[in-house]
Amino acid sequence: MNELLLTVLTLSVLGAVLAVILYFVAQKFKVYEDPRIDEVEKMLPGANCGGCGFAGCRAMSEALVNRDNIASLNCPVAGGETMKSIAEFLGKAAGAQTPKVATMRCGGTCAKRPKVNTYNGPKSCAVVNSFYIGDTGCAYGCIGYGDCVAACKFDALKLNPETGLVEVDADKCTACGACVKACPKALIELRKKWPKNRAIYVACRSKNRGAVVAKVCKAGCIGCGKCAKACQFEAITIDSYLAYIDPDKCKLCRKCVNECPTGAIHIENMERLPKEPKVVAPKAEVKVETAKNE
Amino acid sequence: MQTRLFAAPSPHIHGAERTQQIMGDVVLALVPALAVSVYVLGWRVLMISAIAIASCMLFEYLIQRFLLKGRTTIGDLSAVVTGLLLAFNLPAGIPWWIVVIGALVAIGIGKMTFGGLGCNPFNPALTGRIFLLIAYPVQMTDWTTAVPDAISGSTMLANVKAGAVALSEVDYLTLLGGHMNGSMGEIGALALILGGVYLLWRGVISWHIPVAVLGTMALFGLCVAIPEGGATLWQLPLFHLLAGGALLGAIFMATDYSSSPMTHKGMIIYGVGIGIITMVIRLWGAYPEGMSFAIFIMNAVTPLINKYCRPKRFGTK
Amino acid sequence: MRTFPIGGIHPHDNKEWSKDKAIERLELPDQVAITMIQHIGAPSTPLVQKGDKVLTGQLIGQAVGFVSANIHSPISGTVTAVDGYANGQGQRRLMVVIKREGDEWVEGIDRSAEHKRECTLSSEEIIAKVKEAGIVGLGGAQFPTHVKLSIPDGMKAEVLIINGVECEPYLTSDYRNMLERAEELLTGVEILMRAVNVERAVIGVENNKPDAIAHLREVIARDNYRGIEVMPLKMRYPQGGEKQLIAAVTGRQVPPPPALPISVGAVVCNVSTTIAVYEAVQKNKPLIERVVTVTGKELKSTHNFLARFGTPVSTLLDIAGLPEGDNKLLNGGPMMGRCIVDLTAPLIKGCSGITVLSGKDAVRGQELSCIKCAKCVEACPMGLEPYLLSKLGKMQKWDAAEEHNAADCIECGCCSYTCPSYLPLVDYIRLAKQTVAANIRARAAANKK
Repeated sequence: MNELLLTVLTLSVLGAVLAVILYFVAQKFKVYEDPRIDEVEKMLPGANCGGCGFAGCRAMSEALVNRDNIASLNCPVAGGETMKSIAEFLGKAAGAQTPKVATMRCGGTCAKRPKVNTYNGPKSCAVVNSFYIGDTGCAYGCIGYGDCVAACKFDALKLNPETGLVEVDADKCTACGACVKACPKALIELRKKWPKNRAIYVACRSKNRGAVVAKVCKAGCIGCGKCAKACQFEAITIDSYLAYIDPDKCKLCRKCVNECPTGAIHIENMERLPKEPKVVAPKAEVKVETAKNE
Repeated sequence: MQTRLFAAPSPHIHGAERTQQIMGDVVLALVPALAVSVYVLGWRVLMISAIAIASCMLFEYLIQRFLLKGRTTIGDLSAVVTGLLLAFNLPAGIPWWIVVIGALVAIGIGKMTFGGLGCNPFNPALTGRIFLLIAYPVQMTDWTTAVPDAISGSTMLANVKAGAVALSEVDYLTLLGGHMNGSMGEIGALALILGGVYLLWRGVISWHIPVAVLGTMALFGLCVAIPEGGATLWQLPLFHLLAGGALLGAIFMATDYSSSPMTHKGMIIYGVGIGIITMVIRLWGAYPEGMSFAIFIMNAVTPLINKYCRPKRFGTK
Repeated sequence: MRTFPIGGIHPHDNKEWSKDKAIERLELPDQVAITMIQHIGAPSTPLVQKGDKVLTGQLIGQAVGFVSANIHSPISGTVTAVDGYANGQGQRRLMVVIKREGDEWVEGIDRSAEHKRECTLSSEEIIAKVKEAGIVGLGGAQFPTHVKLSIPDGMKAEVLIINGVECEPYLTSDYRNMLERAEELLTGVEILMRAVNVERAVIGVENNKPDAIAHLREVIARDNYRGIEVMPLKMRYPQGGEKQLIAAVTGRQVPPPPALPISVGAVVCNVSTTIAVYEAVQKNKPLIERVVTVTGKELKSTHNFLARFGTPVSTLLDIAGLPEGDNKLLNGGPMMGRCIVDLTAPLIKGCSGITVLSGKDAVRGQELSCIKCAKCVEACPMGLEPYLLSKLGKMQKWDAAEEHNAADCIECGCCSYTCPSYLPLVDYIRLAKQTVAANIRARAAANKK
C-alpha cells in the first residue's frame, strides 16, 4: 500500500513541477501573432499551391493581414467571392479579379506532328529540354512527358496518350499557375475564363517561319495573318510569324477560326461558324468594312 | 529493317554491373557458409533455406502485385538475399512455420512498408530475425533439435558467458572450420571469410564496414582482457571474432546497402558503433549475442551519419 | 603513375576501332553552314549577307564581347542564306550558308607544309593572333582560348598543361594529332609557353597510348624542345576534365567555383587546340578545320578526317556507312557526347568525333530503384553525392541542391555509368546544375545593383 501511495505521490509532484516549468517557459518564449492570421488562413482553401505567389496559405494570410492594400493579392483557387469575404473581414478593399483558366497552346498531335527520333531518357520534359529539341521537329511544341501534369495539385491536367498532348479540365483548373512554371516550353497560359468554359486561342507557340513550321507540324501557326485581318476587335496580333489572341479584347465572335488554314486556332465548347462558300467571302469582308465605317 | 534514331542525355554507355548481378554475387558468397552448414547440421539446413527464400519471394510478389498493384521486382533477386540471410540467422531445427512468419515480417514490415528495395532503413532479414527472437525465444535458441547428439543446448558464446566453458578450453580450430551450436549461417567462420573475400574482390562491398566492425570488436576485447593478462589477451578477442554471428553480421548483414552509410568515413563510424555495441551486449548485457541488436541500432543512426559524413568536396581541404 | 585523387571509372576505351586510321583530308563540301555560336559566350555577329562572295579564311562572324570568338569562312564561294537552321540537337541557330566555288584563300595565309618553329612574338601579340583566328577549346568545351591565355591581374601561371588525355572512349583525333603532327604540336606548346610566360609545360597522356608518349618524347629529344615534359597518366575517366588533369599533373586541386584553374597556377590547353594555335601564330591560318574521328562498332569504315567546319554530318556518315536499324549518333564520345538528331547539321569547332552506337548499344537499360549502394558517391570525381543531387533535381529542390554543391558537377557521367540500377542520375543533376547556376548568376546580378 505504501509503495502505491509513494508512486502516485511522486508522479503527481513530478507532473505539477513540470507543468509549472512548461507554463513559465511558454510565457517567456511566447510570440505575439495577430489572431486574424489564423482566421484568414481558415478562410483560404489550404491547398498550399503557391498560386498566389506566396510560399503557402499561411504566408498569404500574413500578407493579407499585414498589408494595407490587398487589391493586388488574389487566391486563384478560392476565387473572387472568398477574397471579397476575407477583405470584408479585414475591413479592406478587395481587388477585382477575373477568373482564369490554364490553356495549353500546342495542337501538334502525334498525327499532325510526327516523331522524328526516339527519345530514350527519363520521362521528364525538363530533362528533354535541357539537352535537345525533343522527339519531334518542333522546338516550341508540347514535349508530352507531363511535367505540368505532375505539378498540378488539382488533377486538372491529363496526358492524352492518343494525341500525346496535355489536356486541361477547365472545371477542375484553379489557375494556380503551377503548370505554367513547370512547362519548359512556356506553352501554358492563364487566360480569361469565359462562361461555360468557352474559349478561342491560338494553339501554337512556334516563332519559326511558316515554311519551317509546315515542314514539322501540320497544326502549327504559319503566321499568314488571315485571322488578324478577320478580327474586328484588333484582338489578334502577329509577332515573329505567330498569331496571338488577346483574351481581354477577344469577344468570341469566332470569325478567325474558319480563316485559319492549319486549324491552329482552337475553339472550345462552342460551335464553329457555318462555313461560308468561298464566293461569298468578299461580301463578308465588305460587311465588316461597312460595320467599321458606321 | 526499321531504322530508328535514338536520343538520350549523356552518358551513352554503361558499366557492366546490374542490380541482379550484385544480388547474385551475395548469394554466391553465401554458398560456402551454406555448404559448411549442410555438412555439419544436415540436410534440414537446405530445407529451411529453401522455405525462407521461397516465402520471401512469394510475399514480395504478393505484396507488390496485390497490395501495391505495381510492377513486381522479384527478378532483382533481392528477396533471395533477404531469404537466405534470414535462414542463416535461424537455428537449423526451427519449425517451418516460424520461418514463414519471419519471412513475412522481413519482407512485409522490414522492406515493403518503407517502399521496397533501397528504401528500408533496417536490414530486412535482421528485422525478421529480431522479431522471431522476441516472439519465439525458445525455438530461436534451441540448437539441439536438428542434431540430437549435440553436447549442449547452448552456443559457445552463452557457455563462455555463463562461465560453463573457460576461454582456454575453447577449440578455436572447430570455431574456424564449422561447429554445431549456432544459427545455420554463423557456424563456419572460414567459409564466411571466404565469402567476404569474394565480395571484396567483386567490389560488391568495400572493406570499411567489416574491418571497422571486427577491428573494433578485437580492440574492445583486448582492452577488456588487459587486466587479466596472459593467454586471455589473444583468446578473448579471437573468441569474440570467431564465435556467434560476428563474421556473418560484419560481412553480410551490416553491409546491407540501404541501411548502411554512403561514404567511407560514415561506414567506419557505423562499423565502430556496431563493434562497440556488440561487445557491450555480449560482455555485460542480458543476451549472449549482440550482433543483430548492434546492427539494428546503428541502422537507425545511419541517416544521421549520412547527414554529417558527406564526401570530401573536390578542391576543399 | 599519376592520376586524379577521387572518383573516376574505367570504361573500355574502344579506341581500337579508329586508332590506326591515319588522318585523311576530307574532300571539300559543296555547301557549308556555319553556326554563329561555336563557343561559350555571346553569339558572333555575321559580317556577310546573302549574295556576298567570301574567300577561305575570311572573317564572317565577329566576336561580341570578350568571352566570344571570331568565325571564319572554311571555303570560298557565295553566301546563299543567313538564317536560322537546325543544329545537331535540332535547335535553330543563326547560320551563314555558303555555296562553294573553287578554293580561293585569303591572302597572307601560309599554306605551305614547311614547319616554322621560330617565334619571337610577345605574349600580347600571340594572344591577339589567337583571338583573331577564332580559336576555342577543341576538346569539346569550346571555351575561347584567348580568354584562357589572358592571365588575370595579380595571378601568375606556373605551368602549362597540354591535354593529350583523350579519356573519352572511342575518340582518337587527339591521338592521331600527337602521332602525325608532333612537331606542330610541340612548337605550339612553345608558343603557348611564351603567351602565358611559363618555363615548364607538361603534356598529359594516358598510358593507353604508349606510342604517342614515345613519339612525343623522341621528337622532344631530337629537336631539343626545352621545358616540355610528357607525363604518362594512369588510365581513368574523366582524366581529361580540366580540374582532374590539373590535379593529376600537379597534385593541386582547383578550389570550388568560382575559382579558376589559374588560381593554382595552371593553364590547360587541348592538343588539337595547341596545333590550331601553332597554325594561327606561325601560318596566319584561322580556325577553319579540325581532325574529327568518325567511329562506331558497326560502321562500314571508321576514319580520322581532317574536315572543314560546316560540313554536314551526313557527308561524314555517308562515307563511313551508317548501319541499318537502331542508331544513336553522338557529337563527341559516349560519356559526354550530345546526341545528333538532325543529320543536316554542320560540323562545329567542338566536335572531336562522331560516335555511332548501334543496335543494343543505342538503347538504355531499364531503370530499377536505387539500392543506395553508394557506387555513384565513390565514382564522383568532384566529391558529390549524385544519388541525392539527382533526387533533389527531380523534386526541383533547387536550394537544397545548391547546398549540396550541384554547381560543382562537371557532367562527366561517372555516376550514371556505375549505377547498377541504371538510374538517370546525371540527367537530373544537369538540370539542377543549370538551375542552380542561373540562380547564382541572378543573385550576383542583384547584388551588383
